[in-house]
Amino acid sequence: MMDTEIDRALLEKIADLIGKPVGAFNIRKDSGCDGRQSTEHIEITSKTDGKSGIDIRVKDGTVGETCHIPVIITKSGVEEMVYNDFYIGENCNVDIVAGCGIHNCGDQTSRHDGVHTFHVGKNSRVKYTEKHYGEGDGKGGRIMNPETVVYLEEGASIQMETVQIRGIDSTKRNTKIVCGKGAEAIVTERLLTHGEQVAESDMEIVLDGEGSKGRVISRSVAQDRSSQVFYPRMVGNAQCFGHVQCDSIIMGDAKIKSIPAITANCTEAQLVHEAAIGKIAGDQLLKLETLGLTEEEAEDCILKGFLA
Amino acid sequence: MLELKSISYSVREGDGELGILNDISLTIPDHRLVVFTGPNGGGKTTLAKIIMGLATPTAGQIFWNGQDITGLGITERARLGISYGFQQPPRFKGLTVRDLLTLAHGEEKLSKDKCCQYLTRVGLCANDYLDREVDVSLSGGEVKRIEIASILARNAQLMIFDEPEAGIDLWSFARLTETFEQIHAAGNGTMIIISHQERIISLADEVIVVGDGAIRHRGTASEILPQILADTLGGCPVLTKEANAL
Repeated sequence: MMDTEIDRALLEKIADLIGKPVGAFNIRKDSGCDGRQSTEHIEITSKTDGKSGIDIRVKDGTVGETCHIPVIITKSGVEEMVYNDFYIGENCNVDIVAGCGIHNCGDQTSRHDGVHTFHVGKNSRVKYTEKHYGEGDGKGGRIMNPETVVYLEEGASIQMETVQIRGIDSTKRNTKIVCGKGAEAIVTERLLTHGEQVAESDMEIVLDGEGSKGRVISRSVAQDRSSQVFYPRMVGNAQCFGHVQCDSIIMGDAKIKSIPAITANCTEAQLVHEAAIGKIAGDQLLKLETLGLTEEEAEDCILKGFLA
Repeated sequence: MLELKSISYSVREGDGELGILNDISLTIPDHRLVVFTGPNGGGKTTLAKIIMGLATPTAGQIFWNGQDITGLGITERARLGISYGFQQPPRFKGLTVRDLLTLAHGEEKLSKDKCCQYLTRVGLCANDYLDREVDVSLSGGEVKRIEIASILARNAQLMIFDEPEAGIDLWSFARLTETFEQIHAAGNGTMIIISHQERIISLADEVIVVGDGAIRHRGTASEILPQILADTLGGCPVLTKEANAL
């Protein structure tokens, strides 16, 4: 497990892992299992339906535990489709850290497609973090297409934080969250594209239950000739509150399209969306320069803060 | 010491040039508190921006501690100890008050105690503000006070404040003038404050009235204040007429 320096560096980048994780974990490397540990309350098993992937079962009342399930691809030409299903019991409070890192030094495409499905039981809280990162000087593409589907039962909540750090040539994200009575979904998306990269994020939050809440905060930076498309959608089917906020910084010759949509199917649904795209403001750069930063340092600082 | 020699600044307007500053020469010795005042559009902010490097003069030279800094950029001037508090400070999504103060101070990590010192001097409580983003969630007055705190955090030899009182409530304004007074009394640097406030003007060692792109008057507050009041009435035919009718 974590045999090479590349493995260690990737795992640290995508899952903040230094050494063996504490608690339950499953490390997937080049389509194989590089290490797994279940705990008394969190059980991880391989899928038995022929699909590649794992089932994670969290027992009722599990509080304060963390589960790491990072994926790393270190060989050129690895292409995989993975299904991970999470069954979170009732009254739980757990952190799940996923993430995918690709190191591609070859000329063949490396690609990870993953479908994560969460079933979150009554009154449970899940914090789900997912970081994506690519590196390597090969000509082969680094592609990631994650799909996340979440079903929140009564009073359940998920705080989902997704970050695409750097180096992913192409990504298509699909996220769908269905909120039951009194459930809450908070999605924070951070995305950086550069070079010729393309990214698309399609998101739908369905507020089905009375008193449910949804909030999407999307911040992205598109540099060079990269392009991004966002489709965040919030659907209110009951008395609920939903807020979509998309902010993007555009640089170089990049292109960004942001198409937020709100749909109310109930008179008691309160939905708001905001979307803004703009370059780094000149007065922001000037202000930081008056603090002694160079223009490049000021730009880095603004982007780092924006995507933090 | 700051020396401006024959500074002029003009912008293109149509086929011609519009003069904003005309042949301004000025010397400000160390540890002085100097107030630039005068009518709107008279050239005060442009003159201050030229000192910071935010605007480039079309003629003239600027010397800072004997060094010709006319050709230096903003960053280099900042590193030589010149700082500038903007009249309308920008907001930053994602940068917290602590981040901004840390950047201003130049240390890797600025302790809460130190941040607290700077914020208290502008009438803000660190507990309420340190982790807040300097974004649209803050009022204009709050952003302004954070801006001034960032200048205090720089510990710069020359501090330029462009209308620090603008948008600040009366209570915070009183705290702010105390802070300027304390800095001045402690001899911690030279201050140039652009202001129209009598309270700030009265703190100055020297008041410089800038109007129509030139220095109109120079003197102590007690010399200049009556002059400003006279000009206010004298400069406006309607007001003069009304005043005479009283």
